Amino acid sequence: MFKGQRGGLLRSYALIAPLFLFLLATFLLPVGMILWRSVFDPELRAALPATAVELSSWSGQGLPPAAAYTALAGDLRNVDGASLASLSRRLSYENPGFRALLQSTKRKLEAAPAGVTPDLATLDPQWRANSTWQAMKRAAGPVGTFHILSALDLRRNYETGIGPARPGAALYRSIILRTFAIASTTAVLALVLAFPLCAFLARQSDRVRNLLLLMVLLPFWTSILVRTTAWLALLQDRGVINTLLMEMGLIDQPMKLLYNRIGVITALVHVMLPFMIFPLLASMRSIDPRLFRAALSLGATPLYAFRRVYLPQVMPGVMAGTLMVFVVTLGFYVTPMLVGGPGDQMISYYIALYTTGTLNWGLASSLGLILLVVTLLLYAVQNALLRRSGVGVR
Amino acid sequence: MLNKTGLLAASLLACTVFAAGASARDLVIVSNGGTFQEAQSNAIFKPFEKKTGIKVVEDTWDNGIGVIRTKVEGGDSGWDIVNAESEELEIACQEGLILPLDIDKLGGKDNYVPGAVHKCGIGAAIYNHVLAYDKTRVSAVPTWADFFDLKKYPGKRALRASPKTNLEFALIADGVPLSDVYKVLSTPEGVDRAFAKLDTIKSSLVFWTAGGQPMQLLSSGEVVMTSSFNGRVTNAINKDHKPFGIVWDKSLQTADSWVILKTSPNVDKAYELLKFAGEAEPQSHLPDVQPIGITSAKAVGMIKPDLLADLPTAPENSRDVLQIDDAFWIDNIDALTARWAEWSAQ
Repeated sequence: MFKGQRGGLLRSYALIAPLFLFLLATFLLPVGMILWRSVFDPELRAALPATAVELSSWSGQGLPPAAAYTALAGDLRNVDGASLASLSRRLSYENPGFRALLQSTKRKLEAAPAGVTPDLATLDPQWRANSTWQAMKRAAGPVGTFHILSALDLRRNYETGIGPARPGAALYRSIILRTFAIASTTAVLALVLAFPLCAFLARQSDRVRNLLLLMVLLPFWTSILVRTTAWLALLQDRGVINTLLMEMGLIDQPMKLLYNRIGVITALVHVMLPFMIFPLLASMRSIDPRLFRAALSLGATPLYAFRRVYLPQVMPGVMAGTLMVFVVTLGFYVTPMLVGGPGDQMISYYIALYTTGTLNWGLASSLGLILLVVTLLLYAVQNALLRRSGVGVR
Repeated sequence: MLNKTGLLAASLLACTVFAAGASARDLVIVSNGGTFQEAQSNAIFKPFEKKTGIKVVEDTWDNGIGVIRTKVEGGDSGWDIVNAESEELEIACQEGLILPLDIDKLGGKDNYVPGAVHKCGIGAAIYNHVLAYDKTRVSAVPTWADFFDLKKYPGKRALRASPKTNLEFALIADGVPLSDVYKVLSTPEGVDRAFAKLDTIKSSLVFWTAGGQPMQLLSSGEVVMTSSFNGRVTNAINKDHKPFGIVWDKSLQTADSWVILKTSPNVDKAYELLKFAGEAEPQSHLPDVQPIGITSAKAVGMIKPDLLADLPTAPENSRDVLQIDDAFWIDNIDALTARWAEWSAQ
């Protein structure tokens, strides 16, 4: 009996194994490898191995011990051009002057007579500054928090603790907030638009409903790029909407509808609407209409019946739709890029910029990690709230 | 059992054949596809094949230093010559991913226009970031100072959504001579000055990201002036007959270069092709399809005058241009991108 059960269990594991392996290879592994980059900081250790060891044991306060200077002088003499170039790139995230400093120090060390190691501090006064050595220590790796802190506009200072990366810096925090603001506005507006439509659709005959749903599906099947470009044509200064309103004499100046938040939200709500309509409609269609009528016949006002009988039943659909729209919108890239201004770009724009544009993969993956963590947190909070109110998402 | 052994033997054999094929493979050249690569293929690759009998296999890519890193990491992976952007050239050269070139084997330095010869690459195509304007709304040929003057020419302007090129334009508009632009930009005060200049027109700025957008913004009347790649403007004027103008003076120039991957097993053949690519006769046919700026100093005189007028290398177009300083941007791109993002979001 037991044996048979275990055999069944094994068989079911074997059945899901292909899917699990597929997920592992195409999803978990790549995502894990990318996220690993947010803490991986290998450049200094690769270029200056002895210095990295010295830096790890130094407290970060004042100046490092003489051994660190000796190690750096030795490492700089041995380092090859490729490793030094990678290190310069890494350190330029903090201070663009590092490339020149490292190159000139290396040149001067090589020019010194054999057997004599000049004092680094006399070669360049920057080697007498705590800030130079702190930047090196932050990069000493092999793993570190530099990229993640940068993505939160923070920097670890070994003398004063964690503080702002630049005075008053709040770039990425404001971008993350903006991303969540745009996504939640889109979700709420999509809900407001979809709710009456779905309530209407749910009451129609199958024929009429399918015909009307086709009008939702047709744009849904159209490429997002095409739909976004259509909004460009509609919203621009000499676009359809502004021309029409001006010719009707309703406005004298074209309204600013493009390259700002209005354009982004308009286009996003349009793109995301089907994601709201389908779960909402499904949950509304599963409701027995007699329950609402029963509530009315028992003396409830329509508003009361709506609130206490109808709404709790469609709540799973509302939640599923809202969550779907919210989460999908969080990662939007092309729509804000085309119809938004620089103040409307969402976090994915910066992730793409740092991945392919400036090749700062540490920062890119840190921003991705933050987005992932905050999204999962919000999801958990929402689930907990739902459970408390007695309605599950599924 | 026999079956298994047979399979093993067959796959071993296949591996050997494959390895032998790879070590004696054809010369592979990689460029950016589209009409750009079509022009290169017609002018250079096919005539080279005909002349030397060396087979040239073409491939395409969409740039990115990461691609070069991956291609080189595990040994030869099938590419020999690559058409690289200037930053990729600089980084790949520093990281030792591509071979330093012996310019004497490519016809010598004087064979090329200034700026086309790099330690690890040889110029393949020159193009400029120019000022383009709508002739129906901008009466005279504008300068960058006019671009930043909202009183003289009201209306919106478009710039690329990146600090690169825009900080240079801002300083040029502010009166910095071309030769001093990067000197000024290397100081914190210079960066502040560029951003302050951009502040003066910020309310009227629209930003573009894809190369096709500037001409679309001009066509739709959204903006009166924009920065753009020169080829797009020329095509809009010549092929779409738009009433646009192109300003070559004070434009920013950059070049794509041919590079040889360090893992290439065909270095000698690659040199032969690149030497041919640098000769005047094949280069003179490059602009037939697309206004590509050529890099052969001698070919400039061989191009039909009506085509030459649209090229970055035409004498009257290249008299007052600034080469984009890639070393500066490699060092500063991260810090300035963060600052740009902060500035533009405010």
